[in-house]
Formats: sequence, structure tokens, C-alpha cells
Amino acid sequence: MSFFGDVWRWFADGAHWQGPNGVPTRIVEHLHVSAESLAVAALIALPVGILLGHYGRFGGLAINISNAGRALPSFGILVVAFQAFGLGDLPVILALTALAIPPMVTNSYVALREVDPDIREAARGMGYRELAQVLRVELPLAVPLIMAGVRTSAVQVVATATLAAVIAGGGLGRYIIDGIATQEYVMTAAGAILVALLALATDISLAGVQRLLVPRGIRLLNAPASTRAATFKVA
Amino acid sequence: MPGGLFLAIDPWINWNWLSTHIPHILDALTEHVELTAVAIAVGIAISLPLGILAQRNALLRLAVLGFFGAFYTIPSLALFALLIPFTHLTATTAVIPLIGYNVLILVRNIVVGLDGVPRDVLDAADGMGYRSTARLFRVELPLALPAMFAGLRVATVSTIGIVTITALIGMGGLGSLIDEGQIEDFHTPVVVGAVLTVCFALVADLGIAAVQRIAVPWARPA
Repeated sequence: MSFFGDVWRWFADGAHWQGPNGVPTRIVEHLHVSAESLAVAALIALPVGILLGHYGRFGGLAINISNAGRALPSFGILVVAFQAFGLGDLPVILALTALAIPPMVTNSYVALREVDPDIREAARGMGYRELAQVLRVELPLAVPLIMAGVRTSAVQVVATATLAAVIAGGGLGRYIIDGIATQEYVMTAAGAILVALLALATDISLAGVQRLLVPRGIRLLNAPASTRAATFKVA
Repeated sequence: MPGGLFLAIDPWINWNWLSTHIPHILDALTEHVELTAVAIAVGIAISLPLGILAQRNALLRLAVLGFFGAFYTIPSLALFALLIPFTHLTATTAVIPLIGYNVLILVRNIVVGLDGVPRDVLDAADGMGYRSTARLFRVELPLALPAMFAGLRVATVSTIGIVTITALIGMGGLGSLIDEGQIEDFHTPVVVGAVLTVCFALVADLGIAAVQRIAVPWARPA
């Protein structure tokens, strides 16, 4: 069990918490590139999923395209983008955005489709215009499932951002990749533990955001919605 | 034009390299297929009994889904890295996390599938005199097949993607072509590795879908 003792001592060593290769810097790099990718992916995926779900058209096509997208290996996209665009955050953001889009499209499409048709008709009957109907009636009802998709994507993005280190990027993957390269497996293990904790913390904090976003009445109405999210592991 | 010059020096596909490296590419593909097959086969072997038991026992269901659910959130590269000091740079290190991820996906779908068998059907089976084992194998499991196949497809496509990452711990597979091209700054192996990974995933997915059509003829979409 001395290996875990060594890992513990790695964390206890103050030198690992300072400077450009310190844990705080690496966590900030990791979260920075993850947040940017998730934001870009959400800006693309959520409007598409919400519109298709609202109109109920081309849904099968969108879901098939996004399922096929899941077969794309993030590692492959990352290296192809690196060779096309060179060093920097761009290849990482491209690869992470590509992997974050499918769960959000699928979940937001399904979320809008699952709004009770009677409720849609009631909204129409009460005189809601189309936009108001989407924003004030359908979206609040769809938030639990949409957020489940966002959470799935976010956890995958944080997990996969580790690969940035392969193309000389920053983030927590540095510890893992450098540790494997130099056979310093204590550092590798420390990096692995940090990434796992960060993925867990991301999921928990987004669960908090979800609680804030879901109106109270709807929370009581369909509490188990978040557990229905399709899971798909990419990294 | 720098772009044109760039392409002239290193096109995305160098057909010459491709034609001379076919055995090398096939080796990588074979390794990829083998790792995937082991991870899926062992995953099914563990999940089937575990899923059936978990569906019948609420406490076991909570424990299994909780444990593998937590395991599932750990990034694969992190798990590979954590296992290296214990299982070293061997196929075991690559396969353990893959199996763990598959168990979650498969068990969840088996439980959902068995949960979805209508009460009336179970009562009818009981009324016809089925014992509990016969009822399980001849009534419940066949009706749960569509959900189980859905899980198998997700698990397979996801495994094929994650296997590319095992190249970073020296496991070979199509990811090793991607890694090779990245290290040598040469496009062709990267493109070949990525494209073959996608093709393999699509072929595997369509193959399982075809088996499903034969195995579950009553659930065929019109």
C-alpha cells in the first residue's frame, strides 16, 4: 500500500500546488477549455434540439446524425484538428465541442417532444403566441431533461479535456501523460484522481444548477426525469 | 499559397504510405477488434446474471447501479493510469475499465427491459404453469430483448471509441495509428485510424441491429 502513501505525499507536497505546473493552474486550464467547449456546443445544440422538438420535424434525422457523431473518436478529431490548426486551444475546443453536441441535441429534442400535447393546446387556447408558448410553457417543462443532457455532456467534456495534454495542451491531463511518459506513476495517479474528482464536482454542481432552473411545481411533477437521460461514454 | 504548399508536402491521405502499410493497418484493426470483443463478451457475461438478480432485489439493484454508476463517471484515461502500477502496461489494464463501463450500460438496460414486462403477461405465464426459471427464460428475457439490444449497441459503439485511447498506454489498436501520426507529424495514419474507428463502430452497430431483427422479429419497426 506504499503506492497510495506516495500519492498522498504527492498531494501533501506544497511544491505541487504552486507555479505554472501547480494543481490550481492546471485545474483552471482544465475548466477554462471545458467551459468554452461546453458553451459553444450548447449554443449550437440546444437551439437545434429545441426547434426540432417544438416542430416535431426532422427529429429522426437529427437523432441519427447525432448518434453517428458519437462513433467519432475524440482522440482522432483532436489529432486531426491539431494537424490542421496547430498548437493552441482551438483543436481541443473543436474536439470537445463535437463530443458535447450529440447528448444535448438528443435530450433537448426528446424533452420538447415529451411535452404533453394537451398542455400545448391549452397554451394555444389561452392565446399564447408561438414564441411565448415555447419560452413560457414548453421550455420550463423540458428543463429537467435538457439539463440532464447538459450534465452528460459536461462530464464527458471534463473527462476528455484530459487528452489535451497529448497535443501539448495544459490541464490535468499533463500529470497523467507526463507521468506515463516518464514512468512517474505517482504523478499519473494524482492526475487521475484530480480528473475523476473534477468530473464528479462538475456533475454535482450542475445538478445544483438544475435544481435552481426547474420551477418548483415541475420539480414535484416529474422528479425522476433526470434519471432517464441516455448515457453514452466517450472517454 | 501556404495552404496549397502544405497540402503538396503532406496530403491528408498519402496513398503510397497506405498501400505499403496495409498489414500494419490490419494489425491495428485486429487489435482493436480483439480488445472490443473481450470487453463486450466479459461485460455481457457479468451483466446478465447481475442484471437479472438486481432486477429482483431492490437492495442489490441500488448497490450495483450505485457502484458502477460511480465507476462510470471516472474518465477512462484516469482509470487506465490508476491501474498501471498494479497491472502494468498490459491488456488487463485496458480491459478492466472497459468492462466496468459496459457492465453499467448493460445492467441498466437489462433491469429496464425486465421491469418493462407487463404484469398481465407475468400473470398469464404463471397461470399457464410456468415455473419461475422457465418463466424467466421463455417469457421475461425474450420480452426484455429489445432493451437489452439497445444497451448492447450503446456499449459496443462507446467501447470502440474508448479503445482508441488505450493506445496512450501502449495497447495498440487503431488509436496507435492516430498516436503514431501525431508523434511523427504525419497526417495519413491519423486519418486512417480515425476513419477506420468510425467505420468499425458503424459496422458493429449495423451488425448488432441485424442480429436484433432476427432475434426479435416481433419488435421489428413497420
